[in-house]
Amino acid sequence: MERKILRFRRSTIFFIFVSMSFIIITVLYIQSRISISRHHILEKDLVEIVENLSLTDMVLSTDARYTRHPTQADLFSAFQDYPGSIEHFPTGSVIPPPDFSYTGMVMRIE
Amino acid sequence: MAFEKHRNILDYTLQTLLRRKFKNAGIILVFTFVIFIVGSIVFLSYSLKREARLLFKNSPDIIVQKMRAGRHELIPVTLGNDIMGIAGVSNAGPRYWGYYYDSGAKANYTILGISTFGLENNRMLTGRLPSAHERGVAAIGRGIADVRIIKKDIGSTLYLQDADGKWMDFNIVGIFESDSEILTDDLIVMSEDDFKYLVKMPSGTATDLAVNVYNETEIPTIAGKIKERFPDSRPILRDEIIRTYDAVFSWRSGLIVTLFIGALTAFIILAWDKATGLSAEEKQEIGILKAVGWETSDILEMKFWEGVVVSLTSFLCGIIIAYVHIFFMGAFLFAPALKGWSVIYPDFRLTPFIDFYQIAILLSVTVIPYIASTIIPSWKAAITDPDIVMRG
Repeated sequence: MERKILRFRRSTIFFIFVSMSFIIITVLYIQSRISISRHHILEKDLVEIVENLSLTDMVLSTDARYTRHPTQADLFSAFQDYPGSIEHFPTGSVIPPPDFSYTGMVMRIE
Repeated sequence: MAFEKHRNILDYTLQTLLRRKFKNAGIILVFTFVIFIVGSIVFLSYSLKREARLLFKNSPDIIVQKMRAGRHELIPVTLGNDIMGIAGVSNAGPRYWGYYYDSGAKANYTILGISTFGLENNRMLTGRLPSAHERGVAAIGRGIADVRIIKKDIGSTLYLQDADGKWMDFNIVGIFESDSEILTDDLIVMSEDDFKYLVKMPSGTATDLAVNVYNETEIPTIAGKIKERFPDSRPILRDEIIRTYDAVFSWRSGLIVTLFIGALTAFIILAWDKATGLSAEEKQEIGILKAVGWETSDILEMKFWEGVVVSLTSFLCGIIIAYVHIFFMGAFLFAPALKGWSVIYPDFRLTPFIDFYQIAILLSVTVIPYIASTIIPSWKAAITDPDIVMRG
């Protein structure tokens, strides 16, 4: 008899799980708002560094010129040996070379 | 009463799912993994984009590089005066920067020569920056201090080899704090004079020019005029800088291709398998339920709950794990792909900017199709005569 009282229905367990998940999501959301407000306090100093040192890029990786400064890379930096060579830096699969289509240069390799 | 009926159907659905617990656990696992990967990419890309947008809002309006034979070359400083002649330009100053390969640590540093003194009372900098013509002093990023095992921080000496192979020593007068490492981790900031001496830069040249304009709306027009007047130049607009970071983790390139294709294929196969038909056992179950008096609507409701339980469980778990992965554990799955062969790299302590629009899209492209792919084949079986369904 006692066992029967303690046993939850399966739907109740499911509802508890969903409610718990939403509570966790709410807690994470509150945490994100707190982090963002803290970031806004530091932001002034970070923006001042960017302005003062005229920085243009984030330090995401430092192995190749075009992954350290993706915005400043030249036409050949991704393919230093010859155009169309196989990319040899692992980060090249994550940080693509910049888009040079606006320069209007066309290159055909046959 | 009506609520109790729905609850009973949900109870029955959960009982059915538990009967095939290994198969359903497998589906939930794959589904959670797909949501986790896509959720992580959404969180990472959005927070990086927001970070870039916030941090680089005050970076130079236009960077002008000189190109020769498609390659970036040193630019004459006098070009700045010519650019100042273009109406609307407020400032055109030289930037001195480059790379330094440290063969001892096997690391690439970014060296920066500055001509202005600044950053007073900045919480991101302990100590100070070198002043315009001060010799033999430098401010360094936290990553360099760690690689060179500079424990004492300020007051230590950093040795760099100049272009002639002679050693130059720099007294460290400033260290950038780790909160700014996404900008400063590999930086060595020195005076303009020291930079020119270190790299033996020809006089009257700079790495590139930083141009600022009075009116932001005129930036593209002025960039066009610079390109027209100096055809061998390459103006890089601030908008392009931000767009580049949009591209790094965009849906059509980068990580999505590297990591996600396999998981996506697995998920498509799974959804296809579900959508194309029910197993004989499932058909028989529907037939029996019909025979014992279940309505077609009850069977559809049961299948709806089945879809909801599987997809909602996966979605909630996937999205929570994705958040923890990116914002608490420093994106440890993606970080090796980004680090590559880098010796200096920052810890990815990103600010958790969240784009609810993208999360809603993720919800609608995963949960809703899954529920639909569960209901539709069952509906076909549920409207058929129970006898035919049970016979298969």
